[in-house]
Parts: sequence; structure tokens; C-alpha cells
Amino acid sequence: MSRQLAHVDRVGIEERAAQLGARSIKTTAKQQGIRIAVSLLDLTTLEGADTAGKVRQLCAKAVCPAPSMPEIPSVAAICVYPSMVAVAREALAGTGVATASVATGFPAGQISLDAKLRDTEDAVAAGAQEIDMVISREAFLAGDDARVMREVARIKEACGDTHLKVILETAELGSYDHVRHASMLAMEAGADFIKTSTGKASAGATPGVCLVMLEAIRDFVERTGRMVGFKAAGGVSTSKAALHRLVLVKETLGDDWLTSDRFRIGASSVLNDLLMQYAKTQGGRYGRGEDFSIE
Amino acid sequence: MTIEQRRSIVWDYAPAPEATDHLRLRDRYGLFIGGTFVEPAQARYEPTINPATEQPVAEIAWAGPADVQRAIEAARAAQPRWAGLPARERGKYLFRIARLIQERARELAVCETLDGGKPLRESRDVDIPLAAAHFFHYAGWADKLRYGVVAREVAPLGVVGQIVPWNFPLLMAAWKLAPALACGNTAILKPAETTPLTALLLAEICQEAELPDGVVGILPGDGAVGATLVRSPGLDKVAFTGSTGVGRDIQTALAGRDVELTLELGGKSANIVFEDAAIDQAVEGIVNGIFFNQGHVCCAGSRLLIQESVIDQVIDKLWTRMGRLRIGDPLDKNTDVGAINSAEQLQRIETLVAAGEEEGAVRRSVACELPERGYWFAPTLFTDVSPAHRIAVEEIFGPVVSVLSFRTQAEAIEKANNSRYGLAAGIWTDKGAKAFEVAGALRAGVVWQNTYNHFDPTAAFGGYKESGFGREGGPAGLRPYLRVVR
Repeated sequence: MSRQLAHVDRVGIEERAAQLGARSIKTTAKQQGIRIAVSLLDLTTLEGADTAGKVRQLCAKAVCPAPSMPEIPSVAAICVYPSMVAVAREALAGTGVATASVATGFPAGQISLDAKLRDTEDAVAAGAQEIDMVISREAFLAGDDARVMREVARIKEACGDTHLKVILETAELGSYDHVRHASMLAMEAGADFIKTSTGKASAGATPGVCLVMLEAIRDFVERTGRMVGFKAAGGVSTSKAALHRLVLVKETLGDDWLTSDRFRIGASSVLNDLLMQYAKTQGGRYGRGEDFSIE
Repeated sequence: MTIEQRRSIVWDYAPAPEATDHLRLRDRYGLFIGGTFVEPAQARYEPTINPATEQPVAEIAWAGPADVQRAIEAARAAQPRWAGLPARERGKYLFRIARLIQERARELAVCETLDGGKPLRESRDVDIPLAAAHFFHYAGWADKLRYGVVAREVAPLGVVGQIVPWNFPLLMAAWKLAPALACGNTAILKPAETTPLTALLLAEICQEAELPDGVVGILPGDGAVGATLVRSPGLDKVAFTGSTGVGRDIQTALAGRDVELTLELGGKSANIVFEDAAIDQAVEGIVNGIFFNQGHVCCAGSRLLIQESVIDQVIDKLWTRMGRLRIGDPLDKNTDVGAINSAEQLQRIETLVAAGEEEGAVRRSVACELPERGYWFAPTLFTDVSPAHRIAVEEIFGPVVSVLSFRTQAEAIEKANNSRYGLAAGIWTDKGAKAFEVAGALRAGVVWQNTYNHFDPTAAFGGYKESGFGREGGPAGLRPYLRVVR
């Protein structure tokens, strides 16, 4: 069957997304927004150079991002490669911070379905509580929607109770129509979350992409009643960008989506900027980069 | 997480009011005649009110017949020298005005919001930048006039009288003054009764720009001042933007006189949503079409025509979206919908909305807390509207949209054109060929495709039928201010 695309107008969606970026978030709204943003973070390290030491340091930061500001909550999760899952699980035991693992041949996903399943099973066996898989862009761009969905469904099966986030890698999809379509395929196939990007492509969670996916979620939830979460990942590196994503979620899905079981922000460097901005709302001046630990 | 816990999550934007301490308003403003502020002949001063608080902002001199005469004489005296300047020099003055508007943009935006009730987001991002853009645009035309109208020789008309409405006070003043001055005319502008302030700040800007005395005169006052102005001898042209009723009166008054006229009047513009549209963006466009500036927009998309196959879906989404509009303090940077401009306008909206309910249309108004003081009207949606209902025919000029359905493209065109007005229209479809076909068949001066209420100084704006005649903006906007000599 030929593919039916729902239309998304590029100019319109980007205008609306930019308009929401102009919301003025000041004083108490800024403080509260920053605390919420921290609580939604998937603090991420996905490098070839990752070691147990680096991951342990990041875990400490995840649990207690700023010892001098106890009102800052822990982040939602740590996101690592499968090989680091066991280390993270151990470091995070009893803290409430979850361990997420990328899988399925992240980031390109150019391996067989069997290999993707093995990758997933390994991560789950190592203790991952959340799996971030990538869709096959190869199948999607070739028009094979059935294969895209089948893969998501099979990985979902392999996950069992483990929470599944499906990465669309929107920068490789080529249009907002495709982003919306891929969002729908992933949700139909059983995704618990849909996620914008791997963080390894040329662009990530741009405001326009976020808004298209949030509108897709809104329509899917309305139609099916099944809750699906959203993860913005890639390019969210400043407090302003993080708060902009919060505004997008708030004004598209509502305040009750601002919780870590429905909304995540995948990033690493943004955490220190959030802390620095938070400290500024307290002290009235910007701190130095050296005031915040680098892991 | 329990439902109760989830409901308890509220992240509200803290108040973010724009500061007003940088605004240097005088307590009193005189009339601007011959390059200076002067006392009116009969000392009449009226307060101008902030519609969001009902507090006076400043005292404004109202012109009387003697003042009108004086202003016309000053403009008449200044005109030959202004027209005789090298065209590029005239252009330089306009460039200077444009730059001064940009320099004082923040102040002008706050003033526009205080005086008229529109959200700061709009005065800051739309009104003031566009006003500057109009001056820039026509500054560039000043030495190219004959190419703009395609003639070998052109001449200015002389002295023009211009009357502008209260919905976009500074922007409408810019739409009127910039082309008139670029063409070598001198002008007398009458700002609206409820929103004279930014025009008076523009008078200060004319002084700062060292515009020759008498080239621009500004005469605040009510409709009576406008009526006196258009009936005064010594004008070569009248340009009016406002209601169709007043436009008709002006046209009658000028009949048989050697005075040129352009009118930009009311509208009941059709915003047409086809089933193949990008629905979410269409919903945004509907919101922008009717709730922009509280619906105080002559080209507002107040007649929403939706294809029957998607009407329920569009209305559901629109209603949800309307619930997220932020209504309140116009100075707050997060406000989407501000105050109604005046008590009089609020009453007109209430009357028409009551008529809509009486005639059997189904009314839904957003449930929101409205401030106690000031003039407010909650965004409102009417469904089950018949084409004969008053709310489908008459201009409401408020945040009220009437929804009608259609089945086919032909029916959409027929219904859209079935209006005494013809100012603007919107078309929402993802099919390019259909968009052009429908646009060509609509009797409306502006047709927006997959957007609404977008303005640009290079684009001609104006109406068909009872929406007026003459065009403003772009090269077409030069023609009403020029005589073709040969």
C-alpha cells in the first residue's frame, strides 16, 4: 500500500515554535522551570572514550547535581552505551535515577534485525531500565513502513517491561511530513517514548521538530488513549533552549506532561548551564564556569 | 504517579510586564501644526484612556474648525518647497524618520499598548517594526516614482487629508504618511479619538528628523474633526481607513468636488480551510486570523469556512487551542489577547454576540479570568452559523469567529464571495494548484495562502466592493498620491 502522509506546513510550524520561544520566563517561573528541566534530564555520555570512571562521575552528578543547592532535584536517568550499563546500575543503586542504554546498532542502526535484538537483550540483561533504540532510516526512506514498524514491535517485545524510547533521527528524515509520519509509525508499533535524535546527526531537537512530534503525540493519545512520552535530544545545550522545550510541551500537551514519565531532555552540557542560571536567580549575578563541577 | 499528583503540577509563567519607566510622555499634548505643538483655538483637551485599566494616560488637545483651517494653510504653504526638493533629499527625510522609529521602538511599543490595549508582543513585534519598514520602503521610492507607476512624468497631488483608525495607530499613520510624503505631498493626519498618542510621538520624531515645517500636521480629535477636515476647502486628496459607514459619508461629502479619494473600509473576510490542509497550522492561522489584536483588524478572518469532512476535527483542535490563549495585562510579554479598545467597541461586540445567540448560533467563549477594570471580551467561537445570521454578515471587529461549512471547492468560492465586503481571504490547502485556482476566483484584495494577517510594505493592500478602493503598500500604493502628467 502506498504511503499516506499527513501534511505539516514548514513555515507555519516553525513560526509557531519560534513564537513559543519568545515566552518570557522570569523570576519564580524561571527557578521552577529550571528545577523541572533538571528533573527531566537524561544525562548522557555516548563516546567511544567512555570508561567506568567517567560513567561513575556522571552518576554522582546525576544523583546530586549541585550539593550547594539542595533544592535541585536528581536527574531522571543516565544514558550510556550497553557496555556501561552495569557500571551505571551499580553506581545508581537505590538512588531513584534510572539507567538507560542505547541499543540496536546506535546511532546508524545499519545492522541486521537479529543483531539489533541481541544488542537490546544484552543491554536489558545488564540491567538497563530504559532502552533508546533507533528506527531504520534506511527502511523508512525506502518507503518500507511495515519494516520500520515490525522492527520497533520486535524490539519492544525484547524489552519486556523495560521502557522503550524510539529515536527517529529527524535530521535524516528530510521533511516535517516525514517526522510526523515516523512518529505515528513508532507509536503505533508500541513505543513508550518517541525521541528526536541520536545527538550524532547534523541537527537535533530543533523547535520545529519538537512541535511536530508533540502534535503527533497529542493526536495519537487523543485517538487511542495510550500515553506516549517525548524525548528531546540533540542540540539542547542552554537553559534557554531547555525552557523553550518546556514551553513547547506545556502549550501543546499541558502542564501535566512536565514529568519524567512523559517528557525527557537528553543532554549533557546543559546541566551546568541550568545550574549556573539557577544560581543567578538566587544571587542575582552569573557565576563562573569553575563554580560547577565538570565530569 | 497518581492522577492527583499529576494535576498538582502547574508551571505558570510569572508576570513579565514590560517596564514603562523609559517612556517619557508629557501630561498634555497640543496640536501639531506647522512643525510645532500649538494650543487649539478653543482650548479643548480630552484625556486618552488606557483601556486595560480605564486610567487616563495623557491629555490631548482636540482640533476645532479654525485649527483645521490653520493646518491646511500650513500644509499648503509648505507643499511647493517640499515637492521642489530633489527627490533623493525627500527620501533622506523618510529614511531618517524610519531610523528614529527604530531607535524609539521600545518606547513606541509601550505607548501603543498603553493607549490602545493591544498585547506588547504585537506592538513590539508587529506594529512598530512594520511602521519603520513602511517608511524605509517609501523612502526608497522617493526618487523612482515614475517607475513605480510607469509614466514619463508624475506630480504630487498637493495637500492630503488622512484619517486613520484606532486598531493599528502608528502603523496606519505610517501607511498613510510614508507614500504621501515620498510623492511630494504634504499631509494632515487625524489619528483616532481613542489612540492619538503614538501619532503625537511621531510628530516629535518629525521634529527630530528636522522635517520642514508644515509637511506633516497632526490633528487629534473625534469624528467631528475628521468630518470637518474632509469638508474643508484646500485639500487635494482624502485617504481614509475606518468603517464602511463613515467611508460612505466621506464619499458623499466629496461628490462633485475636485478631491481625490481612497477608502480602506471594513471586512468580513473568509478564511477557507480545505480538507487537504495542514490542519494544525491551519488552526494556528485561524487563531492568528481572528484573535490577533483582539480581532480589531479590518482584514480579520472572521468568517471561517471549513470543509465539512474535517469540520469537527478542526473545531475540536481550535477550541483546545483557544483554551491556551493567555488573556490579560497587555503589557505582560506573555499576553496573547489584550483589552478591547474602548467601552463603545466592547458594547458593539456584545450586541452582535447577543444577536448571534438569539438567531440560534451556538456560542462558546473561553472560560478565563478577566480583569475587573478595563474592557475585556473572552475569545469566542460560534458554530451552527447560517450564512444569513448577522454574525456571518456584519463586521464584529472583536475576538469572535463564526464557523460555516462547505462541501466543495466551488461552494467555498461562492460562499466566500457572498459578502458585501471583499478585503481579504485565507486559503488553507497543501495543493498548490488548488490554492492558485481559488485565489484567482476570490473577490478579495488580499489572499493569503497557508498563512494569515501577514503584512509587508512591498505588498498592495486594499479592498473590493464595500471594503473600499485604492491600494496601500508597494508601488501600487504610490498611485493614489500621484498625478500622471504624461
